Amino acid sequence: MSKERLLSEFAEIVSEVVGLPVGEVQPDSHLRDDLDIDSLSMVEIMVAVEEKFGVATPDEIAADLETVGAVLDHIEQNQSVGVA
Amino acid sequence: MRTYGRRVVITGQGVISPVGLSVNDFWDSLMAGRSGVGPIQSFDASELPVQIAGEVTGFDPLDYMVRTVSRRIDKYAQFAVAAAMQAVENSKIIIDDANTHRVGVLIGSGYGPTALVQSGTLTLDQRGHRGLAPWLSAATSIDCAAGEVALRLGATGPSGAVSTACASGTSAVGEAMRMIQRGDVDAVIAGGADNSITSFDIGSTAMSRALSRRNDDPQRASRPFDKNRDGFVMAAGAGALVLEDAHSAERRGAPILAEVVGYGATSDAYHPTAPHPEGLGARRAMQLALDDAGIPASEVDHINAHGTSTVLNDRTEAAAIRKVFGAHAENIPISGVKSMTGHMIGAAGAVELIATVQAILTGHVPPTINCDDPEDTGLNFVPHKPQQHDVRVAVSNSFGFAGHNATLVVRRYE
Repeated sequence: MSKERLLSEFAEIVSEVVGLPVGEVQPDSHLRDDLDIDSLSMVEIMVAVEEKFGVATPDEIAADLETVGAVLDHIEQNQSVGVA
Repeated sequence: MRTYGRRVVITGQGVISPVGLSVNDFWDSLMAGRSGVGPIQSFDASELPVQIAGEVTGFDPLDYMVRTVSRRIDKYAQFAVAAAMQAVENSKIIIDDANTHRVGVLIGSGYGPTALVQSGTLTLDQRGHRGLAPWLSAATSIDCAAGEVALRLGATGPSGAVSTACASGTSAVGEAMRMIQRGDVDAVIAGGADNSITSFDIGSTAMSRALSRRNDDPQRASRPFDKNRDGFVMAAGAGALVLEDAHSAERRGAPILAEVVGYGATSDAYHPTAPHPEGLGARRAMQLALDDAGIPASEVDHINAHGTSTVLNDRTEAAAIRKVFGAHAENIPISGVKSMTGHMIGAAGAVELIATVQAILTGHVPPTINCDDPEDTGLNFVPHKPQQHDVRVAVSNSFGFAGHNATLVVRRYE
């Protein structure tokens, strides 16, 4: 999956949960400070990520993800591991 | 007799109802005798024996909260937040570091977030626990509305829910009054909220035989104290009031709308849904509230009845009013505003108290529409049209399933 497509699909999940326009979800966006994603929204987003991309994220790993870019890297890395 | 020194006043009110989304619109509808009952729109009720309700229409939660909040809470809590914000705005109370710990929140609800409970249960069945959103745990509790209101307003005194079925709103205001009288806090945002219009709520309440089945004539279905009544009409909404210690309110130059002077609460301990046939609990609640106010029955100018339009409630309530008020009962205009709003369950008592305060402020008592053939021809149920009537002292009744009874007495502030 291309980086652009990954970003756009993740942005749709974020938009659904926190109600922001998808365009505001950019790789350098800070999840808490820029997108107002709190701990409950983060759980909801990571459940949706698992359903959409097949990537499960343990809570302790999710806690370290601070930006959209970090989440996208995490998805990419674990997807390819899964495929390999 | 009163045993507390502090006087408690109402300084702000807010309403979300089937007949208006603000106090002014709500009151205009009551004065116009407008019904908010219609065919159910929010879900397909075609398979149910009851297909009518008093739904809240035209409400946009985003007028009161951001989407992140609105999507995480049930509509009943959205209504509570909206009514509370209106009440706080009207009272001009500022909640900040200086007083936050002296401000409490009590929001009553009979059924609470039933739509979320129902949809969550279906999700669990279809998708398992991983389908459940992480906020459901907080959002499906009866105290969710109170917590959300406290959070929104930054009120850090005691907060929580009061649940006494159809009396919840009245109980919340009464208990809030006690919190201020005891000196626990100086102000409480008190009220009630419900949005029990789901297939589960309508189906189960229809099975209890409590709901009107006048599906073909919705606006005439809720007819308190009329001999042809056949049950209540489920309705939704919220009412909130800012209650304050009178000294604090005067000190800050608050608009004082009325004084809450008496509260009485009792239980029938008789039957899960039917009232005590002689209205013993209802009579005692009214008498206790009058005693608490230190006001004789002969000084009461107006009664906002519970008046649900069920055969049993209205018969028992009319008889109970006669017992408590004696010959004076025939001089008192008795309004059944559920004829217009339907039965807003936990919101009803709060919204009806607001109607009672409006009667004190305006000198007009709201009508009981559809009361064509009164249960008791000697009593004045204010049929069809509002009446001009000077109201100094008024009583508001709420009697719930499970035999919960609560009565408030309010008086013009002087």
